[in-house]
Amino acid sequence: MTAEARVTVTADVNGVAVSEAVETRLTLAQFLRERLGLTGTKLSCEMQVCGVCSVLVDGEPVSACTYLAADVDGRRVETVEGLARGGALDPLQQSFVENFALQCGFCTPGFLMMATALLRRNPDPTEDDVKEYLDGNICRCTGYAPIVEAVLDAARRTKAADHG
Amino acid sequence: MAEHRVAGQAVIRRDLLEKVTGGAAYTVDVVPQGCLHAKVVRSSRAHALLTGISTDEARRAPGVVAVLTADDLKGLFRRFGHIVPDHCILAIDKVRYYGEPVALVVAESVLAAADGAELVEIEYEDLPAVMTAAAALAPGAPRLHDEDYGASGDESFSEMAATPGQNEHADTATAENVAHRVDLEWGDVDAALADAAAVVENSVEYPMLYAYAMEPYNAVATYGDGSLHVVSTAQHPYMVRGDLARVFGLPLARVRVEVPYIGGGYGSKSYTKVEPLAAVGSWATGRPVKLVLDVEESIYTTRADAAQITVRSAFAADGAILAREFEIVLDSGAYADNSPLVLAKAVNRCFGPYRVPNLRVRGRSVYTNTSPASSYRGFGAPQGALAGELNLDRAAEQLGIDALQIRLRNLVRPGEEILPGKRGIDADLPADLGMVHASLERDAHRSPYHGIGFGCTASDAGAFPISTAIVRIQTDGSATVMSGSTEMGQGSRSVLAQLTAEELGIPIDTVQVVQSDTAAGAYERTTGASRTTTLVGLAVQRACADARAKVAEMAAEVLGCPVEAITQLDGAVEGPGGARLDFGDVIVRWFGGAAGEVTGVGTVRRDGVTAKMPPFWEVGVVGVEVGVDSDTGVVSVEQLVTVADVGFAMNPKAVEGQDLGAATQGLGGALFEELVYDGPQLLNPNVVEYRVPRMKDLAHKIDTMIVERGDGVGPYGAKGAGEGALNPIGPAVASAVARATGRWPSRLPLTPERVWRLMNDLPEIDDAG
Repeated sequence: MTAEARVTVTADVNGVAVSEAVETRLTLAQFLRERLGLTGTKLSCEMQVCGVCSVLVDGEPVSACTYLAADVDGRRVETVEGLARGGALDPLQQSFVENFALQCGFCTPGFLMMATALLRRNPDPTEDDVKEYLDGNICRCTGYAPIVEAVLDAARRTKAADHG
Repeated sequence: MAEHRVAGQAVIRRDLLEKVTGGAAYTVDVVPQGCLHAKVVRSSRAHALLTGISTDEARRAPGVVAVLTADDLKGLFRRFGHIVPDHCILAIDKVRYYGEPVALVVAESVLAAADGAELVEIEYEDLPAVMTAAAALAPGAPRLHDEDYGASGDESFSEMAATPGQNEHADTATAENVAHRVDLEWGDVDAALADAAAVVENSVEYPMLYAYAMEPYNAVATYGDGSLHVVSTAQHPYMVRGDLARVFGLPLARVRVEVPYIGGGYGSKSYTKVEPLAAVGSWATGRPVKLVLDVEESIYTTRADAAQITVRSAFAADGAILAREFEIVLDSGAYADNSPLVLAKAVNRCFGPYRVPNLRVRGRSVYTNTSPASSYRGFGAPQGALAGELNLDRAAEQLGIDALQIRLRNLVRPGEEILPGKRGIDADLPADLGMVHASLERDAHRSPYHGIGFGCTASDAGAFPISTAIVRIQTDGSATVMSGSTEMGQGSRSVLAQLTAEELGIPIDTVQVVQSDTAAGAYERTTGASRTTTLVGLAVQRACADARAKVAEMAAEVLGCPVEAITQLDGAVEGPGGARLDFGDVIVRWFGGAAGEVTGVGTVRRDGVTAKMPPFWEVGVVGVEVGVDSDTGVVSVEQLVTVADVGFAMNPKAVEGQDLGAATQGLGGALFEELVYDGPQLLNPNVVEYRVPRMKDLAHKIDTMIVERGDGVGPYGAKGAGEGALNPIGPAVASAVARATGRWPSRLPLTPERVWRLMNDLPEIDDAG
């Protein structure tokens, strides 16, 4: 077998410019976890159905398990590590903690990124909006109700802060 | 009940703060310097002799460092298993299920290992396979195991399983593929059946389930210098340590098993899984080796026991149970793992928390050529309850009594024994059931295609009481707590911190809990059976008392007074004349420098409050209301009502979270989840076709109630939580669907197709298909 083909990926990851030569078959999840040490993004089903590995690419949620690292070239990637700013949790993170919206926490980064995308496009979602948007994310610990509450709670807090 | 400062409060779990930032380290995130990566080459046959394994091409592949088969492990003890050591690390001479590890490729990268694994060629000579328990029990069935593997590796197993009247037989290597038998009997069942006003009989099938803990099984091992260090997703690091020490012939103290955060366990990460594979990889290469399974491999590593149960009960005209008889057959897969204990628990739990004057239970755990079964949340109870509770509901209908009344008529009252000679029930089940009933009735739809169902279970929980804890008070008065109990999402780290803060009278933010490191912590037998708050809680409470006693002695010496003159305060002691010394002051003055610490040790064994087995009963009392779409058979959960009868809720929000989580997993098994074999392999070893509950499946009304009667043996009257709400969900849903559709189902999950078939008077499964 000859040396594996590589391509150079230059991307903005959580506001940091990165440039790496990667194997063409390397997934975005492997790129984040193994090359950049951003292990907050987890892997579970690896079939794009559990939502655990959700990250944002140019603001849109994607499953990092099946998205190729090569395809983020020239794009902006956001992961769970980018949510907290200056050591302060963002409202979603804070709300997940206070509402006990996680237990083992393995699915949580994916939920947080999906919920981030939801609240950006719909800052004032209904309960049904939340369920519709997050139905593709699996959690085996909580039974979901605290997650729905946490997202609604974060939306309320953000709104209150914006108007306050 | 005494007033508490911190215990009983819904304190924020500090582990959640770490987890929401992505900073919390799970096993899968641990990759030591110089680490190699392993990939398992698995059997593509259900039952076959291994006639040749060709590894040469794989060994020559770029990046491949080693390729191991069972032959390379000669000199080691090549099997594991805490009850029956029947489980090969790598298949020896034959394979017994599709997906069984046959070879291990160790390479410089994950990708190189995967590429190398593709190049290993395995030659087989097929053997006839038994894919179901019925096939395995048929006369002349091919045998899975010819060897006698010897006695249990876990001495407390028989003690835990045993009940007076219960007979156990470890039947390894029997002609009929029976891995284990458990029978339980009292009274005269036949006479009671003959005299009964009604005899109700039914059979159920409990599906083959997968826990789907979202972090797949993984481990990283470093072997060298006569010692082994493993970081893994194990719930029970000390049990895994025992298996690993036996494999390599190492002293226990030279095997270190460490468990960081785990991405869910639910029982499925109990006992040894992938640790021996990673360990032999490191043993062979002299470098750290990491092995991460994917979800399909994880499903083939451990699933839950499927069950076929027939129940016959005799009733008096007023609904009183006169006798019950159960025949339980578990499909336990190719290796025993924990199925013997699952069976023992199914036998103990199938007949429910009822007065049963005459009982006969016959249970068998059966080897089949399928993936090995083991623990999954509530093990034994959900299987048994599906039979027992549905039987009770059918009897109620036959006798013209309602589902509530037949239960109230038969439920044991507080203190009454369920199992003769065992601890009486430490819960008020009639009161709990009354609460569930009231909540359901308040919001019931009372419209066509709606139905209500109840379920009651009691599990002999807590497992075997062997716990230790260490509490180390520092010079600034803060405390480090060490426990071998694993934090896997249930919140034990936070609960043990709360308890320590309460007992020592110090702020919770000054308590640090360190868990699950066999080389740098305290011993814990297992993390399972909902034991941690109760048993580890007792050990921590005793360790705090021990530390306080030592501080008092040191203070007496420092102050030059008798120890009797020392009074304990919050985070401090007081000597004669009101001389107050913080814990830290005592330590500093006693050691004579600005350093030192006080170590308190707490132990729990079968003694005192935990002398009687089980340490506590974990009860499950639930109710559901379902709506059925008459066109499609889709079941929606209108109401989900649970009672957490926990004695004392150390953190009420955490208790609610455990109950809703458990109930939701129960709903998964009741409505969606089932692993299906088609020939030698599974049709659906993935999360696309093995459907688990999703957000839109949420019940329309959720009522998770907590009752605290202080009736547990744990701290402040606590007892375990976390499994109870799962156990009776299956029969509750099945009975609700029966009332909505007018026909009794006999198997789960109640998929739309099955419910549609019920409504249209068709067989529950399409046998013609």
